[in-house]
Amino acid sequence: MIKEEILVKINEIFQDAFDNEELEVTAATTANDVEGWDSLMQMNLIEMVEDEFGFQFTMDEASSLKNVGDMVDVVASHV
Amino acid sequence: MELFNYPIDTKTLRRKKAKIKRELLEQPNLIEKRVAVLGGSTTNDVVDMLELFLLHHGIKASFYQSEYGQYWQDAMFGSPELDGFNPDVIYIHTTWRNIESFPQISDSKEAVVEKLDGEYNRLCTMWDKLEEKFHCPIIQNNFERPNYRLMGNRDVWDYRGRSNFIMQLNNRIYEYAQSHESFYVNDIDYLAADFGISEWNDAKYWNMYKCINMDAIPYVAQSVANIIKSLYGRNKKVLCLDLDNTLWGGIVGDDGVEGIKIGPEVPVGQVYAEFQSYCKSLKDIGAVLAVDSKNDEENAIAGLNHPDGILRPEDFVSIKANWEPKDRNLQQMADELTLGADSFVFADDNPAEREIVSAQIPGVGVPAMDGVENYIKILDHSGYFEVTNISAEDMEKTKMYHAKAEASKAKSAFADYGEYLDSLEMKAEVTGFEPIILQRVAQLTNKSNQFNLTTLRCSEEDIKAMEDSANYICLAGRLIDKFADNGIVTVVAGEILTKDQLHAGGAIGTKKLSEELIDKLEISSSDKCLLVDLWLMSCRVLKRGMEDFMMNVLVKKAKEAGVTHIIGRYLPTPKNSMVKDFYDGYGFTLVEEYADGNRTYKLAVADYVEKDTHIR
Repeated sequence: MIKEEILVKINEIFQDAFDNEELEVTAATTANDVEGWDSLMQMNLIEMVEDEFGFQFTMDEASSLKNVGDMVDVVASHV
Repeated sequence: MELFNYPIDTKTLRRKKAKIKRELLEQPNLIEKRVAVLGGSTTNDVVDMLELFLLHHGIKASFYQSEYGQYWQDAMFGSPELDGFNPDVIYIHTTWRNIESFPQISDSKEAVVEKLDGEYNRLCTMWDKLEEKFHCPIIQNNFERPNYRLMGNRDVWDYRGRSNFIMQLNNRIYEYAQSHESFYVNDIDYLAADFGISEWNDAKYWNMYKCINMDAIPYVAQSVANIIKSLYGRNKKVLCLDLDNTLWGGIVGDDGVEGIKIGPEVPVGQVYAEFQSYCKSLKDIGAVLAVDSKNDEENAIAGLNHPDGILRPEDFVSIKANWEPKDRNLQQMADELTLGADSFVFADDNPAEREIVSAQIPGVGVPAMDGVENYIKILDHSGYFEVTNISAEDMEKTKMYHAKAEASKAKSAFADYGEYLDSLEMKAEVTGFEPIILQRVAQLTNKSNQFNLTTLRCSEEDIKAMEDSANYICLAGRLIDKFADNGIVTVVAGEILTKDQLHAGGAIGTKKLSEELIDKLEISSSDKCLLVDLWLMSCRVLKRGMEDFMMNVLVKKAKEAGVTHIIGRYLPTPKNSMVKDFYDGYGFTLVEEYADGNRTYKLAVADYVEKDTHIR
């Protein structure tokens, strides 16, 4: 799967998670850019990404995410 | 909502949390409760899920959450927020991670007992304090098996093992529960085992988020919600069961009592017997059993009296065995018992029946009963009848409701059945008796007893002969709905004969009509008659309009073949009374009825009015 496709799906996850259909994230989006993206939301986002793409983040992967782009990269390395 | 059924749809609950919550908040008659969650770990997701599960039970909860890991401090020393919150229920969410001092291998037996006392006292002073302050029900997790067994198998029985220590501590908790009202144990020891202890204890979750595996959290929430809804009278009361392929294998109306699978003879029969046994045990905890089945009542009762069955007719407070839509039966039953329909659980192997019940009567519990080997597991994991208090009365409930049912007679209104049929998105395919389906067609003629006009049994050769004959119209109907392809469910065949040929008798089957009967048909020698030899349908698709669809097709084919009249016959057997008046419904006129019930009908093809169906 190419990264653009992954980003589209991740964007849908963000829209569901933050219950906001207008939300648009890019590879550069960080937790500071989205209201409500705290550590609790972070763990839910990771779970939802795992559900969507069918793999589990390792602890290393989960703890080194700095922005949405990192998330896309992790997904791309698994699927 | 199906999401909450076992197995829980964890992914959707997590992803669509906000949307699901909005929908559930729109339900009528929500009761409001304040729930304090005192946690030994992160509890945000526990609370999020608990909120959804409680809403599912009609309880709108507001929550207090202690700060991370502060369950004990909050309970012992209070906090202005908790005191002001004035909870209706307190849930203490702890796990083995909250045990402060586990035994060491070097410990003496006395030292371990001392540690046990220490752990237990810390807990029970907290419970006493909470009870004294808030006078409300307390729900406490027991402890689950930990993440490793240092001594291997020995860990479970040696007093120095962590597994053994946890068991001892749990036993103390149970003793407290036995001697205190309004104290309830949430059995995460079972939940963790059921989920898979290694997965439950996945170190990633504890070390990153300070919680158990997030996939297990909905199960914890479900379990706590079951206790709470039970405390507030939101338990289900009636288990309303289908019969064929739910309480026994096979169709009693077709297979006969001797043909259904129940009891020790075959593995499938054993599973059904075990399920019947489970249902019977549910009566001991106060659940009431009922039957909602598409069957002749006589057959239903006969099935329930099968010598190897466990349940008997008197175990049920109400038996509705008829051909009415099941939601209508269920509503009527609820009215007769003066219970809300939302206190019913409807257990049926057929997804289409489940669909109509859950669509027509919101609030009915409709578990996905797929695969007889899963029936007990599905019901048991759903917690419909969670026991928080058990009384002598509970065991007498069936008697009580029997009395109520007798006392009341009620009629129930029915919504639009057509709309339900449309929702099934049915599609039919009608073909001749093609080689690939010959076997199935022959099998149906030998198996179908109830919806079978002539009960003409045919071999594959007979069926092939019909198909090969230029004078035969052969139709096999396949019905597909949104749940499944039901396969070939109906077979119709007839032979085109002139008056002279009628006198001579047809080619296949034993259907020579008597001379008087042929006279009574009042047909001329130029007429072409279609004599219907075979008309049968599987009861699985009863009341779907498939027979109407087939009649439309048959008349169309007959017209194309230049047929002027269709001659239909009903040949009575002990099992086919349901189709006695079949031809009356299509504008046929009765030509003759013999004393034994044998009927002959006639339809002028030109007069047929096409039936509306909900099948494409």
